[in-house]
Amino acid sequence: MARNDFPAGLVLDAHKAQALREPVVEVPPPRYVALALDQGSGSEAEPVVPVGASVRLGTIVARPSDPFAAVLHAPVSGRVAAIEVRETAAAGGLGRCMVIENDGGDTRDEALQPCLDYAATPPDELIARLREAGIAGLGGAAFPTATKLATARERDARRLLLNGAECEPWICCDDALMRSSAGDVVLGAKILMHALAAESCVIAIEDDKPEAIAAVGTAARDLGASVTVTAIPAVYPQGAERQLVTTIFGDEVPARGLPADIGVTCQNVSTAAAVARWARTGEPCTSRVVTVTGSGVARPRNVLARIGTPLSALIEAAGGYRGEPLRLITGGNMTGRAAPSDELGLTKAMNCVLAATFADLDARLVAQELPCIRCGDCATVCPAALLPQQLHRAALAGDAAGLLRFGIWDCIDCGCCDFVCPSQIPLAWRFREARRDLRAQEAAAEKAAAARERFERRERRLQDAAAAEQCVLDAVRQQARANAGTPATPPTDRAE
Amino acid sequence: MTELLLLALGASLVNNFVLTNFLGLCPFVGVSRRFEAAAGMALATLFVLTIASGLSYTLWHWVLQPLGLEYLRTIVFILLIAGVVQFTELMVRATSPLLHQVLGIFLPLITTNCAVLGVALLNVDRQHGLLESLVFGASAGAGFGLALLLFAALRERLETADVPAAFRGAPIALVTAGLMALAFMGFAGLGAR
Amino acid sequence: MSIEVVLVACAVAFALALALGLALGWAASRLTPATGRLVEQIDALLPQTQCGQCLYPGCRPYAAAIANGEADINRCPPGGEATVRALAALLDREAQPLDPQYGASKGAVVAWIDEERCIGCARCLPACPVDAIVGAARYTHTVISAQCTGCELCLPPCPVDCIVLRPAPAASWRASLHRAA
Repeated sequence: MARNDFPAGLVLDAHKAQALREPVVEVPPPRYVALALDQGSGSEAEPVVPVGASVRLGTIVARPSDPFAAVLHAPVSGRVAAIEVRETAAAGGLGRCMVIENDGGDTRDEALQPCLDYAATPPDELIARLREAGIAGLGGAAFPTATKLATARERDARRLLLNGAECEPWICCDDALMRSSAGDVVLGAKILMHALAAESCVIAIEDDKPEAIAAVGTAARDLGASVTVTAIPAVYPQGAERQLVTTIFGDEVPARGLPADIGVTCQNVSTAAAVARWARTGEPCTSRVVTVTGSGVARPRNVLARIGTPLSALIEAAGGYRGEPLRLITGGNMTGRAAPSDELGLTKAMNCVLAATFADLDARLVAQELPCIRCGDCATVCPAALLPQQLHRAALAGDAAGLLRFGIWDCIDCGCCDFVCPSQIPLAWRFREARRDLRAQEAAAEKAAAARERFERRERRLQDAAAAEQCVLDAVRQQARANAGTPATPPTDRAE
Repeated sequence: MTELLLLALGASLVNNFVLTNFLGLCPFVGVSRRFEAAAGMALATLFVLTIASGLSYTLWHWVLQPLGLEYLRTIVFILLIAGVVQFTELMVRATSPLLHQVLGIFLPLITTNCAVLGVALLNVDRQHGLLESLVFGASAGAGFGLALLLFAALRERLETADVPAAFRGAPIALVTAGLMALAFMGFAGLGAR
Repeated sequence: MSIEVVLVACAVAFALALALGLALGWAASRLTPATGRLVEQIDALLPQTQCGQCLYPGCRPYAAAIANGEADINRCPPGGEATVRALAALLDREAQPLDPQYGASKGAVVAWIDEERCIGCARCLPACPVDAIVGAARYTHTVISAQCTGCELCLPPCPVDCIVLRPAPAASWRASLHRAA
């Protein structure tokens, strides 16, 4: 049972039952895939194959330029048709994408190797191979698993926590995966435990998913893994990493810090399953389970689709549109983002495609926000125990000191305060803007400090040069005076 | 001891110099736009009030009364207060030049703060001894500081509140001050026997 | 009221004033104003371009002038409105708009040398207050964009006018798309 009561958050209508009635179906690989070079984490990856190149399923097509993005593989075999700017789910709505035409053969790249004997593989090598396999966090952040594991090893974070909470409404892909592939989840746990030299693992699942809890529990027993399945109360945002760590282990993750700082590594259950699939078959991160749901699709369900599949193909697999949805959202109704169109390609970060109507979103489309009435509902529901009322005032006043004092960097952007505000103040959006402005201010201040240092160093350099010149001049003058005093040397010598 | 406590209570809350006696309103409204500035001003005024109270009593008891120069008290007290304020300004400038910049003209204006002269003259009127004068001065300063800090905190909130255009700035501040004065009326009768 | 009483009264007042004056004079000599810290606090808010558009030879002299009350806080175009507001918040003054007499805010710009036209005269090298230009006599020069503060001091010395100002490179092409929109 849960160790701590979750003190805040919201109990929301789940809207998951309908999608879970249908079994997970595999979407046939589409005629072309649009691989976004920015999959949701880090900066855009750099393509390593040119336009026109022939690729196989699993060929590495792009490499990240920083450790916060993952390696990208071709999800189908075929030809690279274009590398161009298209609509993506990134902020701004546009991003560079690699378009690969599917030749229908699904030919595997020969370089792909499984890792059946993971227990004998040294952890560093295992992590390096996971990096090459492009495994990224499939819970929605797409953070490279290898980077997370490397950091965890650096900070000796030996407590492994698998996040099967899936607290956000509408999203149920993890639930479906746990029911159908519990064995992979547990195998993934074992592999990750080996990579971290962890002694134990906790798999946290919300208590509104009894089938998943049973399935994972059975798999754990069958595979003889030392994992504990813990049921936690179904409250949003119980599944947020920091909150989940506090619920299970009782320790708080420090502000602007990581769970690794307190010895915990948190991975999503789908990520663990992806690790297991790679170990079993050598398959890199080229497909995922997505929930396609909302009142705007005819048959909501979970589908297994290749990364890069256009969202329109996913909607087709869910029976096509029903009526005209208000928004097409990637993610859930609390933290999802509206997609510019259904031509986007699926990314590793997309756990849900929500064709939402007005009613689905509990939308309150109000033209104007009203003033704050100091009701305090926002503070009651904040899972990070912040005071959104004060943060809001500080954000309006541009008061950086106030924002920091009230913990703007502890805000997990869950949207609970926004949801309950009776004055319909767009709090989550305002805090996002405030964080963006703070980051810009910090960057400007750093740049100015660096410029000042260079300026002062230059001043010192010029002063030293002037002083050195002065020394030389003094020495020459002294020498000249000394020469004037001594018996005259032959003028010819002096002339030389 | 009880007498001193009651004296302190009276000077700081029951007969708060700003909100009940309406003295010292110039710095009250002038420095209360930012909380840090208000805190600096509150400390400076507390310092001035305590020192001026003590020194003015000393001067009254040992110079003015024996020489029969009671009628000079206003001028002499003002001279004294001006000196103490100038000393305070020197201290502030030496410890926190930023506070000195922020307070600006209001620091020397403590001289003309009627609360300071008021306390000195009231000490004479009520025939307080040295200890009582000091306690009265310090409590008056504490009460002034309390009112100033509360007002500054409220004004910072008012900056970002949705105030009608005609009321923005000084008008809503004065309305707030009036409401605070009403609230402090609740202390009336506290400590009475 | 006899003359002695008046004299005694005047004497007392005079003695008090003298005593206070002496005491204050002594205190003033012992308590030196620590303006250095204030200048540092103001300097920390300035953008450090060292461009001289405020008519002071650098950011620190301008900060000192603000601390002394000689200069107003709205003279810094590279800092823009943000710097004026930050200074107003620090010093509890009104945030005025930028004084157009000292130039207009151009946004984040960096200098760029057209290498086709650069003749390698090295006259721009000493002009840069942060040493952001790399080069030597008879070698082509180039500006290190990451360290250029956009102060424009390198433009006048160039005899062939090969230096222009360009918008500062954004973190990604997406940010420049945002800026254009």
